[in-house]
Amino acid sequence: MSTEVARETPAAAVEDARRAERTDRIVGTIQRQGALAVLIVVVVISLIAFPNFRSFDNTATILVAAAPPMLIALGMTFVIITGGIDLSVGSLYVLGGVLAAWASQYGFAAAFAAPLVVCGLIGVVNGALIAYTRMAPFIVTLAALLGARGLMRAISDEGSETYLVKNDAFKQLGNGSFLGIGYQVWLAAVLVVLGMVLLSRTRFGHSVYAVGGSEDAAALMGVPVRRIKVGVYVMSGLLAGLAGAINAAKLGSGVTVLGTGMELDAIAAVVIGGTLLTGGAGTIAGTVAGVLLLGVIQNLINQVGNVNSNWQQVISGAFLALVVVAQTYLVKLRRVN
Amino acid sequence: MTTATLTLTTRDLRAWLPKYGVYLAIVLLVLYNIFFTPYFLTWSNLRIQLIQVAPVVIVALGMALVIGTEGIDLSVGSVMALAAALIPLYLGYGVAAAVLVSLLAGVAVGLINGVLVARVGLQPIVATLALFVGGRGLAVVISGGQLKDVRNPDLIRLGSGDLLGIPILVWVAAVLVLVVAFVVRRTVFGRRLLAIGGNRRATELAGLPVKRVLITVYVICSVLASIAGLLSVARIQSSDASAVGLLIELSAITAVVVGGTPLTGGRVRVLGTVAGALLMQLVIATMIKHNLPPSTTEIAQAVIILVAVYVARERKAR
Amino acid sequence: MPLLEVSDVSKTFPGVRALDQVSFTLNPGEVHALVGENGAGKSTLIKVITGVYQPDDGELRYQGEPARFGTPMDAQHAGISTIYQEVNLIPLMSVSHNLFLGREPRNRLGLLDEGRMHREARAILAGYGVTADIRLPLGTLALGAQQMVALARAVMIDAKVVIMDEPTSSLEPREVETLFGVIRELHARGIGIVYVSHRLDELYRICDAVTILRDGRVVHTGRLADLERIRLVALMLGREMSEIRREGATAFSSEKAVDTGAAPILRASGLTSRRKLHDITFDVRPGEVVGLGGLLGAGRSETIKAIGGAYPLDDGDVQVDGVDLKRPTTVQAVRNGIAVQPEDRKAEGIVAGLSVRENIALAVLPKVSRLGLVSDARIDAIVERYMTRLRIKASSPDQLVGDLSGGNQQKVLLARLLATGPKVLLLDEPTRGIDVGAKAEVQSLIDELAAEGIGVVLVSSDAEELIEGADRVVVLRDGVVVGTLTGASVTTEDLMATIAAAAPPEEAE
Repeated sequence: MSTEVARETPAAAVEDARRAERTDRIVGTIQRQGALAVLIVVVVISLIAFPNFRSFDNTATILVAAAPPMLIALGMTFVIITGGIDLSVGSLYVLGGVLAAWASQYGFAAAFAAPLVVCGLIGVVNGALIAYTRMAPFIVTLAALLGARGLMRAISDEGSETYLVKNDAFKQLGNGSFLGIGYQVWLAAVLVVLGMVLLSRTRFGHSVYAVGGSEDAAALMGVPVRRIKVGVYVMSGLLAGLAGAINAAKLGSGVTVLGTGMELDAIAAVVIGGTLLTGGAGTIAGTVAGVLLLGVIQNLINQVGNVNSNWQQVISGAFLALVVVAQTYLVKLRRVN
Repeated sequence: MTTATLTLTTRDLRAWLPKYGVYLAIVLLVLYNIFFTPYFLTWSNLRIQLIQVAPVVIVALGMALVIGTEGIDLSVGSVMALAAALIPLYLGYGVAAAVLVSLLAGVAVGLINGVLVARVGLQPIVATLALFVGGRGLAVVISGGQLKDVRNPDLIRLGSGDLLGIPILVWVAAVLVLVVAFVVRRTVFGRRLLAIGGNRRATELAGLPVKRVLITVYVICSVLASIAGLLSVARIQSSDASAVGLLIELSAITAVVVGGTPLTGGRVRVLGTVAGALLMQLVIATMIKHNLPPSTTEIAQAVIILVAVYVARERKAR
Repeated sequence: MPLLEVSDVSKTFPGVRALDQVSFTLNPGEVHALVGENGAGKSTLIKVITGVYQPDDGELRYQGEPARFGTPMDAQHAGISTIYQEVNLIPLMSVSHNLFLGREPRNRLGLLDEGRMHREARAILAGYGVTADIRLPLGTLALGAQQMVALARAVMIDAKVVIMDEPTSSLEPREVETLFGVIRELHARGIGIVYVSHRLDELYRICDAVTILRDGRVVHTGRLADLERIRLVALMLGREMSEIRREGATAFSSEKAVDTGAAPILRASGLTSRRKLHDITFDVRPGEVVGLGGLLGAGRSETIKAIGGAYPLDDGDVQVDGVDLKRPTTVQAVRNGIAVQPEDRKAEGIVAGLSVRENIALAVLPKVSRLGLVSDARIDAIVERYMTRLRIKASSPDQLVGDLSGGNQQKVLLARLLATGPKVLLLDEPTRGIDVGAKAEVQSLIDELAAEGIGVVLVSSDAEELIEGADRVVVLRDGVVVGTLTGASVTTEDLMATIAAAAPPEEAE
């Protein structure tokens, strides 16, 4: 029992406080674990209704497909917790893929270095503009979306040149597996765990929450607000570039037309996972559930076969609306108490 | 003394630039083109530019109103797609029916956005994100994922016909600009809209019907987007739900921002928005004429957006 | 050796000399009151000390050494902490994370030690009377408890100087006692405290020294015990003492006639809102000024907003001039002649980015328009009338309201309300944060409006204003009406007595 209520407090107030705490816990739990609960329900139904869903191969397919979105959503979670948004990740994802495929001719390390350096730098520019000039994140990263796409086209002969991955080790990374599960899934899993530790068990992580909770207060409490902001946009850029790279490794080439709407899928996954778009609250576990949920839905739509794959978009949109409406209601419930 | 005058002028410039910088940029760009771009000052060239910019202007008008309330509407491109997808389905009942249905789709989307923002209390970027994601998917589902040719002569005339030597498309855009400018300046609705953007809580307490105004703003924005959608179909004489209005939200937001409307709400520059759209059109046209690749154009657009927002940003008030 | 020494510091902003050769000395273990009216320069001085502003002129010495703090963080690192009026912590973060943010204990792996953090937070906060679950988000705590967390945080970071800006304004009496206990402890540990407050009782209870600012200058500094209360007030206001004794401090006229037989113009009955308001019932007759008395958090602002439709009611009934509105929306309230002046002028009152003209016309747009089109001529007539009547000082009606002084902003807001032709005017702290001249003007305006037959409800935490302004005072406590003062009993003493008598027994001590 955590409440050690002062003795002189009137009994009614104690009861009120207890009730408020209880509601807060329940509401908080729904917010944090809602996506996980829905994911479990959807998976259970799918297990019963779709025989093909049950296979190990299908699970592996879902996970492999979910790895790049997972990485992007991981970075996006940090950004959104600071109260920001990063619309450039879709472009950075494509740019990262093209760069990785192009650089693979110079070796395995170069195939990673090129996208990470370039996307990281764009992240630095995003973060610096947002942190130091106080321009709105969505407009800065919108410009970066355009700029990164321009850059991608510039290096791919206006999108017509598809670089093939020249490095076998790099290609292996995209197609090989360990214990039957693709390398990229392991990579994503490791980064997710690192992200969780970073967010919940380090000063940087706590500062991320503080910046999103109240920028002014955080600054007065000694949080280096600007550095934190630059940090999250750099992370987001790096992860988007990395996602592009592993996707290029899987496809064996740097495809120039993917990625439109990738940023919105990532935002949707993060929000569905219970992170508040207003900043200050959210978890990576929720984001993982959100990404997997969207992945499973996509998979189911593919399984049903003759359904138009555009339903995926319709369902994501409806789901997103449902979740944010529910969240707003939950937050209100929490405030009243 | 000199330093005093100097600081005065930089401060003046800071106030002047976001308001009128866009006009200055247009003038400079036009001058450049007159001298360095062959065939720039031909009627056929200007005509093409105007036809191309018309849908962006129409969408940007609605976006400017929404931004004036401190909101944003990401779903405009999806609305255009929905309108485009519905037209071929109802052309059998005549142009009027098809136009009406596509406008109604705009009203419906606007109502959803408006209710989510005004009644549920979602951030506009989130509320409209849902329909941005879902709307186009729905449009593609409706159209069966196919490009459909439109052969109705009335609709084609709307897209390619002239009136007094000027394309009908441009007439429609011009009339809508005047209507929106009039609404913002002279109507109760316009003044309320600006007050809500300036301080929503205060306008609520002052007894203004805030929710109704907000919902109306989002409906207007969506209806304008669906007009743009059906004009696009009429112009290209085919309906492709997966392509119509793709990324137009970017162009529209850019036009509004470059035109000097602050993202913080409380102010709407209708003519500035038109100028913003024209400027971006001119930039793209100039680059194409000088054989610069689309990649350079995109990077240039990105830089222009950043510069416009940077110049217009509110100084840290403290 | 003094802990902190400010000598001859000046600070000028465009058009205002905020500080004019101000000197101020804080000794170790001293609780130093810093007082003055709004605009006297208190907050500028605090901001100079804490590194928010750089002084134009003069010197700052800290622990004997010349000091210059570039940012609030520099000052904080040096040991100068500030507890602001509005709590500056992160509401969504847990209490213990707030307490330790930036100096979290780490384990051998360099990761944060959550267990130790929670244990220590619990132990530290118990010393400040905070016993809530420290894992809950800070925002779920009562304001007083949040302020204690802020204080605990300041002390934890080895502060040598703690600046408290109106620390008791949102505290319950019991919490004030806890705060004073903590202050005494800090005092014993040799920490210097700068205490900014307008509550004279508190100052005399807790402070050793006082510095009084007026118009950016120091008008007095010395031991507080040697300074008579009336003299302190006189120095702050800059009036002759005899004048204060004779006239009282407000511009309300003393004789008024209210038709006590008239039917009420406003009748609020059974206003109930979860936790905040319980069955609040009162009437206002035409021409009457009814004060709402009580401590902060008693439900005064909520009552006013509820009547104006801006605060959700679970039950209750509002009648204006015989029309039963039940529980009105803001739109219905305004349409039926209820005008609310909210307490927070900037956030809920004015639209800073619009002109004086637009602000005044805001609520009457339908009246000055036909078929949805506004008539500028009609707006100008209204604007002109109220700018003259309320003596609004603006360069033109097109000046942005955000650029006006606080007093003129308040007048613009009142003009907007009056333009709607209200039957009932609900005023929440109408003179807070405005200069003395504007204050007097607003007070006489309230009299005038009442004389015209408008029913006025007045909330003011300035007891003198409430007592002299109101014909009747309804006293609230914890959302309940606990008494009404009428006729000869409308006095400060009776007000205090009613509030005190209403205190539940366990607090009487």
